[in-house]
Amino acid sequence: MSEAREFKHIGQRTIRPDGFDKVTGKANYGADLSLPGMIWGAILRSPHAHANIKKLDVSRAEASPDVLAIATFEDFPSVNAAAQRDGTHREGMMDTACNILANQKVLYHGHAVAAIAARSQAAAIAALDLIDVEYEVLTPVLNIDDAISATAPILHETMMTQGLAEPATEASNVSARMELKKGDIEAGFAAADVIVERAYDTPTVHQGYIEPHATTVVFNDNGPSMIWCPTQGHFDVRARVAQLLNLELGQIKVVASEIGGGFGGKTTVYLEPVALILSKKSGRPVKMEMSRGDVFRASGPASASQSRIKVGAKMDGTITAMQATLHYEAGAFQGSPMGPGCMTVFTPYDVENLYVEGFDVVVNKPKVAAYRAPGAPQSEFAAEMAVNELAKKIGMDPIEFRLKNAAKEGTQTIYGPKLKVVGLEACLEAAKSSPHYTAPIPENVGRGLAAGFWFNIGGQSSVIINLNPDGTGTIIEGSPDIGGSRASMQMMAAEILGVAPSSLNPIVADTEHVAYNQTTGGSRTTFATGMAVVEAAEDIVEQLKARAAAMWNVTAEQVDFKDGVAQNLSGEDQLTLAEICASAEKTGGQISGRANINARGAGPSFAVHICDIKVDKETGKTDVVRYTAIQDAGKAIHPSYVEGQFQGGAVQGIGWALNEEYVYSKDGIMENAGFLDYRIPLASDLPEIEAIIVEVPNSFHPFGVRGVGETGIIPPLAAVGTAVAEAIGQPISSLPCSPPKILKLLMAAR
Amino acid sequence: MKSHISTTINGDSVEFLCEPSQTLLQVLRNDLGMTGTKEGCGSGDCGACSVIFDGELVCACLVLGVEAQGAAIETVEGVAAHDQLHVIQEKFLEHAALQCGICTPGLIVSTKALLEENPSPTEAEARYFLAGNLCRCTGYDKIIKAVMDAAATMRQGA
Repeated sequence: MSEAREFKHIGQRTIRPDGFDKVTGKANYGADLSLPGMIWGAILRSPHAHANIKKLDVSRAEASPDVLAIATFEDFPSVNAAAQRDGTHREGMMDTACNILANQKVLYHGHAVAAIAARSQAAAIAALDLIDVEYEVLTPVLNIDDAISATAPILHETMMTQGLAEPATEASNVSARMELKKGDIEAGFAAADVIVERAYDTPTVHQGYIEPHATTVVFNDNGPSMIWCPTQGHFDVRARVAQLLNLELGQIKVVASEIGGGFGGKTTVYLEPVALILSKKSGRPVKMEMSRGDVFRASGPASASQSRIKVGAKMDGTITAMQATLHYEAGAFQGSPMGPGCMTVFTPYDVENLYVEGFDVVVNKPKVAAYRAPGAPQSEFAAEMAVNELAKKIGMDPIEFRLKNAAKEGTQTIYGPKLKVVGLEACLEAAKSSPHYTAPIPENVGRGLAAGFWFNIGGQSSVIINLNPDGTGTIIEGSPDIGGSRASMQMMAAEILGVAPSSLNPIVADTEHVAYNQTTGGSRTTFATGMAVVEAAEDIVEQLKARAAAMWNVTAEQVDFKDGVAQNLSGEDQLTLAEICASAEKTGGQISGRANINARGAGPSFAVHICDIKVDKETGKTDVVRYTAIQDAGKAIHPSYVEGQFQGGAVQGIGWALNEEYVYSKDGIMENAGFLDYRIPLASDLPEIEAIIVEVPNSFHPFGVRGVGETGIIPPLAAVGTAVAEAIGQPISSLPCSPPKILKLLMAAR
Repeated sequence: MKSHISTTINGDSVEFLCEPSQTLLQVLRNDLGMTGTKEGCGSGDCGACSVIFDGELVCACLVLGVEAQGAAIETVEGVAAHDQLHVIQEKFLEHAALQCGICTPGLIVSTKALLEENPSPTEAEARYFLAGNLCRCTGYDKIIKAVMDAAATMRQGA
């Protein structure tokens, strides 16, 4: 991949194939499907953050003619009381089930308790009043400090901390501890001339996808049941629902609707299994939707965190040691992204001595879900803030300081492998020469810079390409398209087949029409599904050669295929792809290509962001006045959508850094569960987001692709945090840098 | 008691029955099957359900169905003329101004309202006019570029 390759379609800015439907309102999202005879489901949610359910009585609801079906935890045959009694319950599904419908205990405000189906949405919501619940209210645990205190109320009586040196003997709100190390941390700090040690915290934030969760389902006893929903992984929805309801995979068909944003938050199930229970009981199609308040209160936000970071360096800028203690809130059930947080925290640095310790802590908040590079923004925020402070202390430019210590090919990571060729140094160099960094810092403006690292994944993808008799075709893939990936698939196939991208129609098929595909996540789709598309197209090329050979009475080895044309190497004959397709009937039937792969070799993507911020000293309000996102894409298949990932990630990170946070009352009630009060960035809050694509090819992908979806959300937290610190002349240790907090810092300094 | 409402949507005469409590958004989506108008919040904070109501840009979730009596309503379904996209729609596609696309119908309608009111907005004016339309995917950069390009193209065509 070292020399630049000439591409015909890769790297162009084509019009996305699903674009027409999306700008005209024709595209169908999660809430857009209605079926004949359909009824509506609604969910009764806990008014308390922490309580035992003393009594759950649905008899009044059952007696109502308006109520067509009721669902509770006992309707999960995989985990209910009967299954537990006879020992057939699936322990691994217990938390998932308890999160979807509470079992004897509610663990957060908004936790689902029961569901009802009725003829209209309004009737279903009204009928929720007919369910009688008696709660014994418990003290809520709302942050890490409270959760780990010796006197904390325990959320799960049987939860013992895993990963301790000595096995735990008492139940705890800490579900797990992990430790990673490299070199000799004590010696590393002993060799340092300057050490920075500081604690940081970040709030609970939400992915904030604009489309609430919704589903329409039909239970079918005599064939596959159908689930329509917006999801990043319909095969995973199928697997989870099958496990919860003791069904075989073949008994469920999941159709991925168009998806209105996910960012990791649509990788699990909430409504789908409940709707299927209601459909089974009522014999009717059932539709369910979350309100925006439900989305905030009861889908999975991202972990709040507390991090303690210690970094030491010599006066020449060599970092000698880095240490982190990281606590992540998991929400009501164990399983925060503490692991990836620990693994990524110091990966941008090639440092001999590292020590990282992580803790997964349960609290009375919704169970967290993935959010774009899960775990990394929190830990890398803390590390990058400390690195910037250290660079300043020893008087080095933050880019030069990073270049001196930058991770590169051969760097031994703390989590196992050595890095292959990566683009951090290239990103830093691009930052150094960028129009933004070379511009002087305006008066009253603070400038911050930070790096970010995310692994990216590969995994299983399955693709079929069918060619039509006229040479047009269909790309059947199974990766839900959240940000324009259909365009990339079309371009990659067109590149191999030598046809116009628009002649190939990409379809995201349901679980019955294409083999298993891993969830759209981990920045894997353009890399892994793209690789499957390339292999399926190459499969077709081999067949086209064979067909042409058959027509020319030569062997396939005597045929070359280039730019959509087969060439007889032993003569002058040529046949276009369309001509071969037109005569396919005579050479063995129609032509399909196929690839089922488990893609290895995902290339990590590094990024560097630069942020200029102005702070209103009277109000504490911050304004981003200039922002640049620089990231290694390996190879940008569709540059516009690559830039879009950089820009979107940057702005989500800006929101995280400046405004967004869950605000709780002392009783654990989320007080800002709407877009008015949970304020995500608006068009008027932002400047242009300059995007610079760096291309250091990933040799494991046929076109050099690295995933680009996630890394972009990591650097903004510290780039913004540092810019604010520079603007107000005081250290920042807590996000968000919201006006009240900044004003407090300014007042204290007066 | 349902009310019988006569209204005009995208130039078509439409009649429907609705409960006094139903919003225009619920009527459009659930009763008339016009799902191009999206629901993101139901409280007027996200702009995904933007429609033009008697010439005024509104959130359909903040208008009652019964208020549609005698009104003229434009939704995203009426922006393109058959298969001929409106310039705004073309520019959104050209500039890759959408990723997931759920906010796009609302943004297309709001942009149309903006450019009808102010054919030559500055970038700042465009950003403030569209501040009621939340987009979580794009960071707005490409949306604003599409809007400014659409404005310039429409001025040339006018």
